[in-house]
Amino acid sequence: MSELIFEKSRSGRRAFAQAPTADDDLGIPKQFLREDRPGLPEASELQVVRHYTRLSQKNFSIDTQFYPLGSCTMKYNPRACNSLALLPEFAGRHPLGPVRFGQGFMKCMHELQQMLKEVTGMVKVSLTPMAGAQGELAGVAMIKAYHDSRGDTERTEIIVPDAAHGTNPATANMCGCVVKEIPTLSDGDVDIEALKGVLGPKTAGIMLTNPSTLGVFERHIKDIADMVHEAGGLLYYDGANLNAILGKVRPGDMDFDVIHMNLHKTFSTPHGGGGPGSGAVGVNKRLLPFIPVPVVKETEVDGETVYDWATEDDFPQTIGRLSGFMGNAGVLLRAYVYMRMVGRDGMEKVAEYATLNANYLMARLRDAGFELAFPNRRASHEFIITLKHEAKDYHLTAMDVAKALLDHNYHAPTTYFPLLVPECLLIEPTETESKETLDNFVAAMIDIVTQAKEQGVQFKEAPYKMPVRRLDDVKAARELDLRYAPE
Amino acid sequence: MPFIPHTEKDTREMLEAIGADSIEELFDEIPKELRIEHLYGVPEALSEMQITRLMRERAHQDGSPQCYIGAGAYEHHIPAAVWDIATRGEFYSAYTPYQAEASQGTLQTIYEYQTMITALTGLDVSNASLYDGASGLAEAALMAVRANRRVKTGLVLLAPGVNPVYEKVAHAITGGQGLTFEWLPQDATTGNVAFDQLPEGKNPVAVVMQQPSFPGTLEDVDRLTDWAHAEGAFAIGIANPVSLALMKAPGQWGEQGADIACGEGQPLGVPLSSGGPYYGYMTCKQKHVRQMPGRIVGRTTDLDGNPGFALTLQAREQHIRRTKATSNICTNQGLMVTASTIYMSLLGVDGIAHVARRSHANTARLVDGLCEIDGIERLYDGPYFHEVALKFDRPVAPVLDAVADRNIIGGYDLTDHAGTDALLICATETKTEADIDACIGAFKGAMGK
Repeated sequence: MSELIFEKSRSGRRAFAQAPTADDDLGIPKQFLREDRPGLPEASELQVVRHYTRLSQKNFSIDTQFYPLGSCTMKYNPRACNSLALLPEFAGRHPLGPVRFGQGFMKCMHELQQMLKEVTGMVKVSLTPMAGAQGELAGVAMIKAYHDSRGDTERTEIIVPDAAHGTNPATANMCGCVVKEIPTLSDGDVDIEALKGVLGPKTAGIMLTNPSTLGVFERHIKDIADMVHEAGGLLYYDGANLNAILGKVRPGDMDFDVIHMNLHKTFSTPHGGGGPGSGAVGVNKRLLPFIPVPVVKETEVDGETVYDWATEDDFPQTIGRLSGFMGNAGVLLRAYVYMRMVGRDGMEKVAEYATLNANYLMARLRDAGFELAFPNRRASHEFIITLKHEAKDYHLTAMDVAKALLDHNYHAPTTYFPLLVPECLLIEPTETESKETLDNFVAAMIDIVTQAKEQGVQFKEAPYKMPVRRLDDVKAARELDLRYAPE
Repeated sequence: MPFIPHTEKDTREMLEAIGADSIEELFDEIPKELRIEHLYGVPEALSEMQITRLMRERAHQDGSPQCYIGAGAYEHHIPAAVWDIATRGEFYSAYTPYQAEASQGTLQTIYEYQTMITALTGLDVSNASLYDGASGLAEAALMAVRANRRVKTGLVLLAPGVNPVYEKVAHAITGGQGLTFEWLPQDATTGNVAFDQLPEGKNPVAVVMQQPSFPGTLEDVDRLTDWAHAEGAFAIGIANPVSLALMKAPGQWGEQGADIACGEGQPLGVPLSSGGPYYGYMTCKQKHVRQMPGRIVGRTTDLDGNPGFALTLQAREQHIRRTKATSNICTNQGLMVTASTIYMSLLGVDGIAHVARRSHANTARLVDGLCEIDGIERLYDGPYFHEVALKFDRPVAPVLDAVADRNIIGGYDLTDHAGTDALLICATETKTEADIDACIGAFKGAMGK
């Protein structure tokens, strides 16, 4: 570990260029003021710059390593998206500023709404949810509001496949719904018979990811949609894997009623070390009245187009507001720039080459002896290998391979998710990686397994080349140390 | 094909390895009747040069008016180093630090952030951040319901100074779990809680208060915190983190301190950017840490016994607990927290205190100047930090329009909220005396003086 910034702190040291002059006279009575001095670091500008630059160098990132983290779509984040979203006028615009000083920004947002409608096949898009999980919350809340508005208040059950992201059941629970989990068949498709068994008068809806978290396209989606709709339920599309089908097939055409998109995945906005995300939602006609606000609307004033906010006045049945203002505007600008740069043809290529890369990597790993979780299926933009034999025969677990890969300078794939495949790695290469990178990754995978098989090498203590060795998670949870406390 | 590296030769060789004739064949599991031909509604691609020109034109169209709105988002100078470093690829294009050994940069930064924000708020533990201040209140209310187990009412009482949008957001997010929000009575003179009219026997699970309040007043948070505790409720404090360099921290309010603090982290180094991305901070007393939503970073040791950092207490979170998780939240606002941590390190407590003092002084100058104009007076009595509500003798909207003609955004129209013609104004350290005098002049002109 590097020294903490607090340990570099010296009383009286300052980055003097950064502090404005201040009056001594403070018109605030003493009862409101604090007597202590909160312990922030006292450092020079160079010390701070050096400290955080060095810390950054301890991260793996897309810009520095192949990052095949399944389900996260770690593709290249174009630099122009960032620099244009941070143009001073955009960065400095106050969210409550009058629309006369925001027409340029709002035009971008309106066009973004239109493009997202087009790529998803929905009727209307709201950009306000600030992350995928918040988009899910908006979606389930809309489904509930729809049933409630029809006096159908007994519909409280949300159906979720066992392979779903954890956010699906957690969201349903947050919306006051009861979760009904259904199993997956061995070919990766949803168990239709099990679905029939749980559908009924209490069904509010189903949450599905398609392609699913198992990396395969749900082939019976039309039948599922018909069954759920016939039972009076609605369909929620989790857009985590939208990258795989961009320009090929649209959730709206699959009969989904509401969807969320992860703009930080499909539309390449930064993952930022864990956020910000952005979880725009799209709805069909049925759910339109309940859409979260605000939404950008196009109006005409004296023959000219003027962009304005559609609010509770325009959508009196809205589920309401999810953020203090309009959501993660700066992320939305980055997504807008990305979509305009990729354009219509490019967007179709995204899904094509993401799928090509995944199927190529899957074929290469299969040929190298790795076991596929779904050997008879096409990969979507990601796929799963299981290391259950390697774990049993050579004590080489998914965790060991993940850590060993770090020493080969690759970020690990997603491990132990989905939960129903033992010792699994969920691998998503994305379309922006070259064939050479994929080939080198295969070589690293072969090297790790060969060492385990032929030389009996154990990777229980890997990684060796990282800034730290394998960390003690149990100690972290038992002896909580969540902030620096000077001796 | 922007950002796709494949040559024709690559594609051919890859298809061969797969055993497919074409890329199209890879989509053969998708039912034909669902397929679309083209995304006709998406425009043709622009080159980087073309999109740069387009975005510059649109940015130019929006301009850079002088802005005197606060109302939950505040303009502060952001040192150049903050976003220079935060947008380094290693921070910008990394993801959640699930592989701790390859993410020590992000993890240590969050640990340092947790240390700084607990110091400012005077509480014991912090998470790695939430989406924004408004949604942070929703999470704080849900957390109070989990942690304050004796109270089953699900009733959350709000001081009148709580940002009204926060109430809307909290309601939208928690409504499904049966939480209800009620406003405490307001004293018309001070704008603060009317202590002589506080309700009895409501058995609230939490009482929420905001300092400085939404209309800029200073609430007697000590007394209100004590009242909340006497009622068996949690005290939830919302505070502007810049003010905390000077003002009493939520953890210091009343006899026992607030139980949970939350709020908008944006003032600490995050650009206004039309409302986001920002981040919500949340801190609490040690004993409630297991009810905290969101990611938390802890310091531990590695196999060699050396210190290092990792996500901890993950058993609270959705990817482990699923239905029983403390929240459905998955991401934090990592990039914003990185920026904020660099901001706090660069300014230090004295620098932030200077920002706070300068902002207070600038607002005082603006308020004094505007109140000399006939027809403008303060809406509420009492001290303030850097934001003040003003009462007008006429509708505010046309006045703001006229001021805007001079390229000045004169404040936030508070009329709907206050129920009378009113304006909420804020002048931070970014304004000079000349700026403020020009703003006062614009109001004079607009008011016909």
